[in-house]
Amino acid sequence: MEELLKNYQSVAEQQAIHWIKVGQTEDFPENAGACVKYNSKQIAVYHFTRTNSWYACQNLCPHKMEMVLSRGMIGDFQGIPKVACPLHKKTFSLEDGSNLNGEEYSIATYPVRIQEGNVYIGFAD
Amino acid sequence: MKKVIVIGNGMVGYKFCEKLVDHPLADQFEVVVFGEESRPAYDRVHLSEYFSLDSADKLLLAPRNWYAENNITLRTGEMITSIDAETKRVFTHKHDYFEYDYLILATGSSCFVPNIKGVDKPGVFIYRTIEDLDAIKGYAQKLKHEGKFKASVLGGGLLGLEAANAAKELGLQTDVIEFAPRLMPRQLDKAASDMLQSKIESLGMNIHLGKNSQEIIGEEGVEKIQFTDDSYLDTDMLIISAGIRPRDELAVKCGLKTGERGGVYVNNKMQTSDPAIYAIGEVALYNNGIYGLVAPGYEMAGVAVDQITGGEKLMSPSIDMSTQLKLVGTEVASFGDPFIENEEITAIVYENKQRGVYKRINITKNGSQLLGGIMVGDSSDYNTLFQLYINAMKLPENPEDLILGSRGGESKSALGSVLDLPDTAQICSCEAVSKGTICDSITSGACCSFSDVVKQTKASSSCGGCKPMVTDLVTATLKSMGQEVKETICEHFEYSRQEMYDLVKLHSIMDFDEALDRHGKGHGCETCKPVLASIFASIYMETANRQAPIQDSNDRFLANIQRNGTYSVVPRVPGGEITPDKLMVLGQVAKKYDLYTKITGGQRIDLFGAQLHELPMIWKELIDAGFESGHAYGKSLRTVKSCVGSTWCRYGLHDSVSFAIRIEERYKGLRSPHKLKGGVSGCIRECAEARGKDFGVIAVEGGWNLFVCGNGGATPKHAVLLAEKLDDETCIKYLDRFLVYYIRTAAPLQRTAPWLDKLEGGIEYLKKVVVEDSLGIAEELEAEMDELVQRYACEWKEAIEDPQMMKRFKPFVNSDETDESLVFVPMRDQKMPRPW
Repeated sequence: MEELLKNYQSVAEQQAIHWIKVGQTEDFPENAGACVKYNSKQIAVYHFTRTNSWYACQNLCPHKMEMVLSRGMIGDFQGIPKVACPLHKKTFSLEDGSNLNGEEYSIATYPVRIQEGNVYIGFAD
Repeated sequence: MKKVIVIGNGMVGYKFCEKLVDHPLADQFEVVVFGEESRPAYDRVHLSEYFSLDSADKLLLAPRNWYAENNITLRTGEMITSIDAETKRVFTHKHDYFEYDYLILATGSSCFVPNIKGVDKPGVFIYRTIEDLDAIKGYAQKLKHEGKFKASVLGGGLLGLEAANAAKELGLQTDVIEFAPRLMPRQLDKAASDMLQSKIESLGMNIHLGKNSQEIIGEEGVEKIQFTDDSYLDTDMLIISAGIRPRDELAVKCGLKTGERGGVYVNNKMQTSDPAIYAIGEVALYNNGIYGLVAPGYEMAGVAVDQITGGEKLMSPSIDMSTQLKLVGTEVASFGDPFIENEEITAIVYENKQRGVYKRINITKNGSQLLGGIMVGDSSDYNTLFQLYINAMKLPENPEDLILGSRGGESKSALGSVLDLPDTAQICSCEAVSKGTICDSITSGACCSFSDVVKQTKASSSCGGCKPMVTDLVTATLKSMGQEVKETICEHFEYSRQEMYDLVKLHSIMDFDEALDRHGKGHGCETCKPVLASIFASIYMETANRQAPIQDSNDRFLANIQRNGTYSVVPRVPGGEITPDKLMVLGQVAKKYDLYTKITGGQRIDLFGAQLHELPMIWKELIDAGFESGHAYGKSLRTVKSCVGSTWCRYGLHDSVSFAIRIEERYKGLRSPHKLKGGVSGCIRECAEARGKDFGVIAVEGGWNLFVCGNGGATPKHAVLLAEKLDDETCIKYLDRFLVYYIRTAAPLQRTAPWLDKLEGGIEYLKKVVVEDSLGIAEELEAEMDELVQRYACEWKEAIEDPQMMKRFKPFVNSDETDESLVFVPMRDQKMPRPW
């Protein structure tokens, strides 16, 4: 189980080496999430249309190790964009992956770029 | 810099740290805490809830990083083995030593294990720590595999009954053994104990009083317990929870003064016989007593902090042992002197065996003062009575009203308003917070809500027993300042659900973005989105497809997510009636997609283990065979359960199946504040269990009786009678009115039973609205329901016919692969997800 988690490490925008095209903007739902695949990773991608901002994080919920976060509801907590896991409503910041319920586990986040209607996610490996 | 060492990281040890951190001189102290358990301090008061929590972390008083953030070194899993008071050093089991200026003994207590033959057998456990609970749980599982289910608890006091509850939670047949002739001998008199006993026994536990255990008998594990009166009890395991022993061994070893029966002697500064060493909590022997409650322990922690920081705070000369709690689902409270009765003091007793309520108050003969009391089965008056007692307030003219409620006329609290209490009145006894402190925190502008007050004053943060009173105080204080208090949906909408319902309707708001623009802020969240989705659905009867992203995640995918992220599929089977052909279709589909199959409690069939991308394929086949969505995933009408009724049953009065189908067809797809369930029974034998539903219809001579606002679940409630002997049409008419009225006015996720509880005037008022049309809205309510019924559409049919909607069910945007990480394991002849 722990092995699964190790597969996901946060990548800051400047650390990204590979920018992988994962689809066009209209392939992704508005104000909700969808999942993409990159090698062995499952990445959740969210489009917040009210501010036209995009976020990406691991699809794996670290609470029970299930591939579900892309199916969670999104929103904000005091302005911080967040996702709520569909299994137990654990919430995580999409800015830095931190746990917003005050528990110890957190998630990895990835940078997203939009160019000419295409969605790219930055990876360091 | 002064060095403080705290031995013990239990509730009181933690409270000491918390109070020291909050002290203005905190930065002059370097604190090291030793805890022998592997976890940081956790809430032992709520230990029996551990089995129902998904993680032990929920019991932690503060996460591990709290200590570091506050410059406290926390060393868990490390035991202090000796103290050298001369050189002011403590030694650990690893032979390291640490120096101190002040040493705080917060070692607490251990479980008292009586010297009974066989007490060392496998299968004998104590009940004290999370590790103990894990061991009990592990053993119970092992027993169950062997087909054994019997557990006994030694101890019928407060801790024993907590342990018994834990055993019951594990699904064991539980017996309680108590040496004294009554339960909770320190808190309850005989009559109260009898009442508690019958309540607990009605839940399937057995109580054995006045039993002195002699020997635990068994070959390999525990088999039976032999008592001194030659009787015995068969059992498969024994949990001991019969009292506490102070952990004073370190103190004894280093020569501190201790009591004959244990405990480290302390003065009213919490100082032991060595002035640099303090003892607090259950290890401290104060006024010749050991106090096993958190409130005195917390007070001791406060005194010790004040003393080492140069203050002059002293421990109260007498310790209040009042307590209010829920034991095995029964409210129990005891305050002041519960037993006192003599020439000057009279006891007033109220006993209602039918409701299982016992109340006793001890008052002075002249009726002026309350000295103590007991409550079993209903402790809702505890806060009021405790305040009257602790503040020595004057009693009302008829003191019996305190426990009987004033009969006739307006019911009014004996206290009048909470604001009438003196400012010194202690509201939260765990944290010693007075009414003045709470009110000041609001009038000063520092706090403006209940949660602010909890954060700032710590009131209600421990046992939570004073929560209703603190809430009342916050509301009353805010009101006195001219501020309106209301329940808002969340940080994004400063309105109640009912207000949002009205706003959406009045302004014809069509979608979530428009609602946010006009009446909210931010992006919304997982709380307000489903609330608004439900409001849109109830007003416009729109399906979950139109605004999929604001639906709760189950509604977004029109299925119920299960443990491993797969879904279950529940087609509608109205009234539970199904043809063999349709039954075969369900079987064929389940077989084709390898789904785990189970009959639900609502007379339907649940197919588990469908992957996201399989959902549309499965539904295509089901819809082709004539099935519709069962809305099992939604806060909406689920099923209308029926018994077979007069068509077949020799007792049946009316055709319950046909009526159940008619009702289910009428309300299918109806979205509501919470799920809705119904039932129709063909006679008063009530085989459809209709009174356990939000609405239940029962056949009687001359028509249907209509019951409303019942439910099963965690707080079961029987539905109550709304109207009698109705014909089919009138029954539907009343149901229409009732349902729309509920949908309009309930709070988010409030089922009908708690909604009725909160409805001013209760069922009598509801009868006036629904039956007598006292508000003159009956026609409007019916018309609204008619409109909703007309607009019904099966949302699964909608989804599979629209390619745009189908995109939702694709596992990956950039790949046609499916998620191969899913693992199932076999179970009986089917499969289940790999366990967590």
